[in-house]
Amino acid sequence: MITTTGLTKVYRSRGREVTALDGVDLHVREGEVYGVVGQSGAGKSTLIRCVNLLERPTSGTVSVAGQDLTALAGRGQRAGSALRKARTGIGMVFQHFNLLSSRTVRDNVELPLEILGVSGKQRTRKALELLDLVGLADKAKAYPAQLSGGQKQRVGIARALAGDPKVLLSDEATSALDPETTRSILQLLRDLNRQLGLTVLLITHEMDVVKSICDSAALMRAGRVVESGTVADLLATPGSELARELFPVGGELPGTDRTVVDVTFQGEAATKPVISQLARTYNIDISILGAAMDTVGGRQVGRMRIELPGPFEENVVPIGFLREQGLQAEVAGAAEAAHLGASDLKLTKEGAK
Amino acid sequence: MTWSEMEPLLEQACWDTLYMVGWSALIAVVGGLPLGILLVLTDRGGVLQNVVVNKVVGQIVNIGRSMPFIILMVALISFTRLIVGTTIGPEAAIVPLAIGAIPFFARLVETSVREVDGGLVEAVQSMGGSTWTVVRKVLLPEALPSLISSATTTIVALIGYSAMAGTVGAGGLGDLAIRYGYQRFETELMWITVGILAVVISIIQFAGDFAARALSHRGRSSTAAWPWLSRGPKRAEETGPVAKVAEAPEAP
Repeated sequence: MITTTGLTKVYRSRGREVTALDGVDLHVREGEVYGVVGQSGAGKSTLIRCVNLLERPTSGTVSVAGQDLTALAGRGQRAGSALRKARTGIGMVFQHFNLLSSRTVRDNVELPLEILGVSGKQRTRKALELLDLVGLADKAKAYPAQLSGGQKQRVGIARALAGDPKVLLSDEATSALDPETTRSILQLLRDLNRQLGLTVLLITHEMDVVKSICDSAALMRAGRVVESGTVADLLATPGSELARELFPVGGELPGTDRTVVDVTFQGEAATKPVISQLARTYNIDISILGAAMDTVGGRQVGRMRIELPGPFEENVVPIGFLREQGLQAEVAGAAEAAHLGASDLKLTKEGAK
Repeated sequence: MTWSEMEPLLEQACWDTLYMVGWSALIAVVGGLPLGILLVLTDRGGVLQNVVVNKVVGQIVNIGRSMPFIILMVALISFTRLIVGTTIGPEAAIVPLAIGAIPFFARLVETSVREVDGGLVEAVQSMGGSTWTVVRKVLLPEALPSLISSATTTIVALIGYSAMAGTVGAGGLGDLAIRYGYQRFETELMWITVGILAVVISIIQFAGDFAARALSHRGRSSTAAWPWLSRGPKRAEETGPVAKVAEAPEAP
């Protein structure tokens, strides 16, 4: 539904160049909720603003619903009528709502319809319908200043939907809201995604947003997409940074006399009493250093960091057992452990001599 | 001088002032509004970014703003004759008044329009709105309370300029105060004139502030236009857009 290829954006100011996007390839499938996460300055905002060409990419292409927007844009800074028409099919929701303070709630929702040239009566009907959909039918005559943050964002969402878009872009839509309101807005986005088959591309710095509504996610750092895929796949990928961010597990890195293993449960495996089986089968003591469980897209998912006594070499069999049970087990800091562990071992041996 | 002698003079002067200020304010608004908006749109990062146009228009506005009105009036004499066919009387004063007020109002418009949140412009662009849509649906309505305050400031400044219009025989209250009050030592008449000017300016300022408040929906209270009627502590937002008048530049 949304595809970007080799998207690059370079800002030039006073001879200095800042690369905000560095060859971003993104593919958002129809009907999914796609979350782009990353820290401030990672290029998320630039990315989403490039999707409807509010920001002109320096190079690369963007296509939405099979239409190459970068080709429509032309060379100038101004948006031509073809691009403007394409934009009417892409709704956008903003962090700070961006509602017109001089218009009532209903008139704010009517604004995109005015741009589309819809007649007065139809505009009003459609606006009231949408306000009903977002649960604000009684606030039609209020001014934005009289609403709470969550209500303003609902108006923002109703407005974004007025042109019957296929795609909704959400630029940190919940970042200015409190946790409770965030949940209700995310729920609304999820419902809209399901009911209207709306494709949603959202950017956020909150992992919880990805956890609660995203089907797919991408992690951005320094203008690049570091990881991307469906949330389920990401969780099943060994060493996935996103999985670690989604389910942070505490605990220290292993010493030489113990082995720390990160275990990821998904679906059916999450309900099995694996840890106690492990302890009984191999007669070992297991300490749990950290754990996180949650429901992602209706599936039980969890991560756990456990500690087994003895170095890695002694624990190959128990780790193999965990993998047989359909879990992912990774030895924490495996690469370094192999390296350092070996040399440490040598040193202790030499010391013993 | 008795009242019966003063009365017709004052009446005529009032009408002259109203006539000159009314027309020149109207022309200033019609001319200054697009100019001010153009300055915002063509500025760096604006919707129609164009450094050359911005610099040229900005420079013209600056020159117009910095010109002392009495000099402008004299300098424009031949232009005035071209436009209204005469260089004396109220009609002849309207031309330099309007031309002096256009850049003054344009700068105020620029400040007002610049206050509009850029996010709103972006929102309308994301809906497929054109530059014209942005101006008509966002910049003008959102800046309206502030624009009304700017127009009020311009009208008050024009009343000040119009005192100098007596130089070209245009009459008006300021001219009356100078010719009779100062040059003929009719102190009484001068003070009456001053009183009338004070009352007129107060009424205009009050009406402008009232209109600006009534049109502003930024505060939570719907009775924002009547702050003395609304209970509870006065909110900062209610006075926000109106308070800008205080920062308005000085009249030349």
